[in-house]
Amino acid sequence: MRAAVIVFPGSNCDRDLAVAFERAGADVTMVWHKDDHLPEGLDMVAVPGGFSFGDYLRCGAIAARSPITRSLIRHGERGGYILGVCNGFQVLTETGLLPGALIRNAGLKFICKDVELNVENDQTAFTQGYSKGEQVTFPIAHHDGNYQVPDEKLAELRGEGRIGFTYADNPNGSAGDIAGVISRNRRVLGLMPHPERAVDAAHGGTDGVAMFSALVESVVAA
Amino acid sequence: MKIRVDVMLKTGVLDPQGAAVQHALGTMGFEGIQGIRQGKVIELDLAENDKAKACAQAKEMCEKLLANTVIESYKVEAL
Repeated sequence: MRAAVIVFPGSNCDRDLAVAFERAGADVTMVWHKDDHLPEGLDMVAVPGGFSFGDYLRCGAIAARSPITRSLIRHGERGGYILGVCNGFQVLTETGLLPGALIRNAGLKFICKDVELNVENDQTAFTQGYSKGEQVTFPIAHHDGNYQVPDEKLAELRGEGRIGFTYADNPNGSAGDIAGVISRNRRVLGLMPHPERAVDAAHGGTDGVAMFSALVESVVAA
Repeated sequence: MKIRVDVMLKTGVLDPQGAAVQHALGTMGFEGIQGIRQGKVIELDLAENDKAKACAQAKEMCEKLLANTVIESYKVEAL
């Protein structure tokens, strides 16, 4: 699998994501946000966590208008895989690749802790290493992780099986306890929790490994 | 010409910051506050001097960047 990780000013999980993909066997390139196109032949583009552009205006808003983002949107429209974690999820909602928006946590505090997630859909390249109903533990570290979507859209996401993960104990006020959302073609996942921070036992957990391994396997097989 | 853009969370979207400000004012003894919504004001200084054209430019900026119309509404006003 050929993967790229986009780096914005203020990204801080870019190297973690690269390591998670490399350990799973992917060939990873880092791409600076001012590049106006992605390298040829990519299977996966990952948008990392952090505080791109200082979260000015809205989280992810300015990153979503960076030169590289037009190329990211084209990659998504062509059916390429995209993973957005934390700030990356916020960027994906700002580009319109994923529905909804992320606003300030209901409790107003920045939350940094491990959370339990329920796997809601195990029929995607991202989640096939898990079983529906299984609980996994990923860390969260965000101030604006409160996922909001109109009620009718929430019903549509549920009906189409587009909720990847929910929180076992909602930490931030997200509608429907949603922690991660999938695109209609099942090729784009955005989630607030950090699977890339759960790939090494020395860092507290390895529940994220199954996501990266499954992605690399399924994309190689495709 | 100067343009003022008000960006507010849409009615029905939870506003945790507004709720916290309302709570704080309540504890300070201000009574009868029935609701607080917090938004932002953005002032643009545009080279365009035609009011209609300047407002149209600002509206396009709102649609493309200044507001996230999934959760926010905006109002454009020439100053």
